[in-house]
Amino acid sequence: MATKVLAGVTVEVNEEGFLVNPADWTKEIAAELAKEEGIAELTEAHWKVIDFSRQSAGTSGAAPTLRGITSGSGVSTKELFSLFPKGPAKKVAKIAGLGKPEGCV
Amino acid sequence: MKKIVILGAGTAGTMAANHLTRLMDLDEWQITIVDEDPIHYYQAGYIFVPFGKANPNRLMKQKKNYLPSKVRALQQKVELIQPENNKVILADKTILDYDFLVIATGCDIYPEETPGLAEHEWGKSIHSFYTLKTAVALEEKMRNFQGGRIVVNVVENPIKCPVAPMEFLMLADSYFTQKGIRDRVELIYATPNSGAFTKPVASKLIGDMLDRKNINVEADFYIDRADPDAKKIISYDERELEYDLLVSVPLNKGSDVIGKSGLGDDLNYVAVNKSTFLSDNFDNIFVLGDAANAPTSKAGAVAHYATEMFVENFKHYIEGKPLEEKFDGHTNCFIESGYGKGVLLDFNYEQEPLPGRFPVPGIGPFALLQESRLNHIGKLSFEWMYWNILMHGRKVPLAPTMSMAGKWTDWEKRFNIA
Repeated sequence: MATKVLAGVTVEVNEEGFLVNPADWTKEIAAELAKEEGIAELTEAHWKVIDFSRQSAGTSGAAPTLRGITSGSGVSTKELFSLFPKGPAKKVAKIAGLGKPEGCV
Repeated sequence: MKKIVILGAGTAGTMAANHLTRLMDLDEWQITIVDEDPIHYYQAGYIFVPFGKANPNRLMKQKKNYLPSKVRALQQKVELIQPENNKVILADKTILDYDFLVIATGCDIYPEETPGLAEHEWGKSIHSFYTLKTAVALEEKMRNFQGGRIVVNVVENPIKCPVAPMEFLMLADSYFTQKGIRDRVELIYATPNSGAFTKPVASKLIGDMLDRKNINVEADFYIDRADPDAKKIISYDERELEYDLLVSVPLNKGSDVIGKSGLGDDLNYVAVNKSTFLSDNFDNIFVLGDAANAPTSKAGAVAHYATEMFVENFKHYIEGKPLEEKFDGHTNCFIESGYGKGVLLDFNYEQEPLPGRFPVPGIGPFALLQESRLNHIGKLSFEWMYWNILMHGRKVPLAPTMSMAGKWTDWEKRFNIA
């Protein structure tokens, strides 16, 4: 498994840059992962989604689906796409330090 | 008498009924299966219907012919499940008590959940092939299609048979080439995924195949609505895709009764342990096939392996022993790639699809992750196997768990890819 230095900390990442251990995650790491995804600054609206996703993942570390995020956090799908352009579920999972959403071949 | 109630007599439910009848002492156990639809559909055959390559009548059989005579079969709609009271209430007010419940109610399409889809253009310029009825309607449309842009759009994942949309496009490429009008047909795959395939090796090998067939992928396309009059679909990030024919894979959801009974998630799938299919919340409910939220493909091939595993486990479970058999997410599926060829995938929860040979390492006869004529023949002969072996609860001589033997981890070297 590859390692990478994020916000001054060495962490394990998979081949797509997702954190291997959700416990390694910090807010500083989130900000750096966001930059990799083309999001220059994490606003309060971004954090609402990230915090919800970490909470929903709980101890299992499983990322919520897009539908899970919209129904659970109250942020609309449209808004999610403007906050995390293109694939929000995958981007949120990555920035929140969770695994890639399961179930894709 | 102890009671097992099975809800749904499709692939998983029918298999479970047959296996359990053989396994359980029927002097002690009563098995009841409930389904409102008398017809068992061979859903894997739908993909051939739009291209005139499957007779729709052949894909329909009577469910009762595949259920053991010792099972009590009720043709009724399920009104409500009361898991706290171990009861199932049917539409005719019959109340079924159970000691163990097997939920195999599957999933279905819900085009009405996306604005613009199931409105005045549904069946005209907007089609699907995820039910037999829609597949038959699409056959006529394809037959009369004179050229233009066909967009295949997956509304949201998970869907039944995740490879079916790509199969449709590859078969369409071959279909229009044989008709001599391929140069007048544009084929586009609009998917919410970040590519046609998301696992790296399959993505590389099959993604190239789509390129060669001149099928364009519009990735990360999450449909917000269709505009049936302007003939375009619009994504949440306001990208617009015009079409002459839209082939939609609408939102898939579990059965409404799951939601109504408080057993489901946002999409009416029941939360289960992905290795044992035991419900997360009730220790006498198992959920087989598409109805469960297990992160595997929603497909008959998965239901098949999972049901065999479940039956082995169930025997131990009722004796109070632990659930030892673990389902590893094993899936194999034949993908039609057009021109009488196909590709075979074999993978599980952990292991992505790789090239190689299946089921006998080095020999095959099937080629993994590569096109071959035999793979196509394999897909066709599976239909016979389905009705004559699987649906009678007989076992195919293939291990339910995946094997790494025959998979080429050194495929890059073999294919001379640096």
